[in-house]
Amino acid sequence: MSNHIGAADHQVHRDDVGAKMGMWLFLFTEILLFGGMFLVYAVYRYQFPDQFHLAGMELNTGIGTLNTIVLLTSSLTVVLAIGALQKGNKFLSLIFLYATILLALMFMVNKYFEWSTKISHGIYPGSPELLAKPNGQILFFGLYYIMTGLHGLHVLIGMIVIAYMIAFIHKGKVTPDNHVILENSGLYWHLVDLIWIFLFPLFYLIQ
Amino acid sequence: MADAVAVKSFYQKSTNRHTGILSWLMTKDHKRIGLMYMMAILTFFVVGIIIGLLMRWELISPGRTIMDAQTYNQLFTLHGVIMIFLFIIPGLPAIFGNFFLPIHIGAEDVAFPRLNLLSWYVYIIGAVMVLVSLFLPGGPIDTGWTFYIPYSVRSTTNVSMALFSAFVLGFSSILTGLNFIVTVHRMRAPGMGFFKMPLFVWSTYATAWIQIIATPVIAITILLVILERAFGVGIFDPALGGDPILFQHMFWIYSHPAVYIMILPAMGVVSEIIPTFARRTIFGYKAIAMSSLAIAFVGYLVWAHHMFSSGMSDTARWIFSLLTFIVALPSGVKIFNWVATMYKGSIDPQPPFLWVMNFIFLFSIGGLTGLVLGALSTDIHLTDTYFVVAHFHYVMFGGTGTIFFAALHYWFPKMFGKMYNMTFARIAVVLYFIGFNMLYFPKFIMGYMGMPRRYYDYLPQFTIYQEISTIGSWILAGTIFFIIGYLIHALVKGEKATSNPWGGVTLEWHIPSPPPLENFVSVPTITHEPYDFSQLKEMKDE
Repeated sequence: MSNHIGAADHQVHRDDVGAKMGMWLFLFTEILLFGGMFLVYAVYRYQFPDQFHLAGMELNTGIGTLNTIVLLTSSLTVVLAIGALQKGNKFLSLIFLYATILLALMFMVNKYFEWSTKISHGIYPGSPELLAKPNGQILFFGLYYIMTGLHGLHVLIGMIVIAYMIAFIHKGKVTPDNHVILENSGLYWHLVDLIWIFLFPLFYLIQ
Repeated sequence: MADAVAVKSFYQKSTNRHTGILSWLMTKDHKRIGLMYMMAILTFFVVGIIIGLLMRWELISPGRTIMDAQTYNQLFTLHGVIMIFLFIIPGLPAIFGNFFLPIHIGAEDVAFPRLNLLSWYVYIIGAVMVLVSLFLPGGPIDTGWTFYIPYSVRSTTNVSMALFSAFVLGFSSILTGLNFIVTVHRMRAPGMGFFKMPLFVWSTYATAWIQIIATPVIAITILLVILERAFGVGIFDPALGGDPILFQHMFWIYSHPAVYIMILPAMGVVSEIIPTFARRTIFGYKAIAMSSLAIAFVGYLVWAHHMFSSGMSDTARWIFSLLTFIVALPSGVKIFNWVATMYKGSIDPQPPFLWVMNFIFLFSIGGLTGLVLGALSTDIHLTDTYFVVAHFHYVMFGGTGTIFFAALHYWFPKMFGKMYNMTFARIAVVLYFIGFNMLYFPKFIMGYMGMPRRYYDYLPQFTIYQEISTIGSWILAGTIFFIIGYLIHALVKGEKATSNPWGGVTLEWHIPSPPPLENFVSVPTITHEPYDFSQLKEMKDE
């Protein structure tokens, strides 16, 4: 009888494929969460095509494009960090992870300026300026704040997750042989990126 | 098993170095987590029952009896929120799924034990938030558990807090579902093919998929209502171009599949209990397994049948009506297969089996009256009446609630290693049946006569039905407290249960009661079909 298994090593079970499967399922729920928002966007865009067009022109495509480039680059640096760790180069991996956080921070700073400009112009949910506009534009900016806000929240969470990965690599919890948690964080970061890739054209480009 | 005495049960051996209460609060053992869920869920179930009793008491006579109208509105909302989000959605999967799913597939634990513990804590946080929302200034939420716009934006009660707790509870539900899916895919013992899994695993697996697919939609809907309350964004406000009906669509896109989150695990338990007490392999194993997936899939496409009178095109209405009728097919497949399993079986009417009989009767009434509501012409007459209330109580309480007790009676000896009093259990089944039908059947009649749901007061001609219903509520609640009472008594003073008191053949009956921490002393290899009763003899010889 294999009763010698002690309490401490009860959970020695390790299953990288299972861990990734769990992560993909979680990402699936994230896509459905944003899917609800995309649905609402689709309904109202269909109802108010002209107003959405006009409101979209007010957004700064330049900042949007810059943020797209920043976020796409950060996805690249995450992949490079995973690749470097797989090849055993801990130092390079850390550099790329720091770069990712830096890029994410850049994204958030841009977003901050973008939001604060809009707010200083009196355009935010419930403001008198916005309420004076036609209904379609009120909904456009409502959706803009909710969807980019929810996305920004995910960027923040992603930054925290990657900061943890940096700490884990320093502590030796994430190693070239055992890095499924880093890969999963990378997957999460790609999702954040992917959602932005849909948000960007919906708000800044389709005019 | 001769050497079973030597094996320490999971009560005596912990996954961590702590002792006492900490060894439970820090545990990663799926069995202990299942029992912790049981403690919490039963507590909220009792709270929900007490609120229900108060509502019924108020309705025993027309006019004011014990509370004012606002309190009544808050109580029926709380009754709904507590029973749905805190009892019936997590009830079967979180308690019995956690405890038995890994054992059923021959695994040592779920795929992510730490995540499993986290989802318990998230559940508790959500539950505590519901309770806190009751006592904050503003008072308990009074919108009804459906949180319909525009009232949920206008109400001055603590709607946002209660909504956010539903959001948190959804998180717990998603994590449990995710854990179960990966467990089923990755943790099956050697030889345990998908079509050798017990049907409880199949139905829990299908449930887990619905949890993952549907819950995020309610999460975003809830967030939108909270933002609407906080900032007045206008997404659901017609004055700003929004559409309140859109809220109803988004709400039911989750909340209809949630109905199947509630009922599918119950159907799985039925598929476990019937073969055991008919001593016969299940009839149509694959049909039952596949019908779970079919329900999970089609159930996702019928949400708008809650909205036939809300304002939709006729085309949309008859499409949703048709789909509603189609979802009855896989449910029918299950009922017929269960009955066919009993045919020519050697039936042993022990309490768990009697509970299942109770279920088949009550659930059939609930299911058939569902068709009455799914048909457009009759629904227009019956929508938002007591008929709807009676229907969903027959399905949810008569279905899932009854099976909750069936599962409790079936697995009690395995979970606690003690046996309860059989005579008490048989009496409870009968009393439950009487109380249940007295409580809910008059509501069909009242609904047919036009009594609207959620009303604080009623016309004098309904008095006799309301009285019968209230007396039924006392019998039913009394029975439930009686059950809890004799089960607790069994825990303390009950006889020791054998490892296989019912003569079942699925894996949990191969191991000692209560199971050891690692579930199986050595990794089992599965050679038999799940309900192959020819192994009963060799099990006795072991």
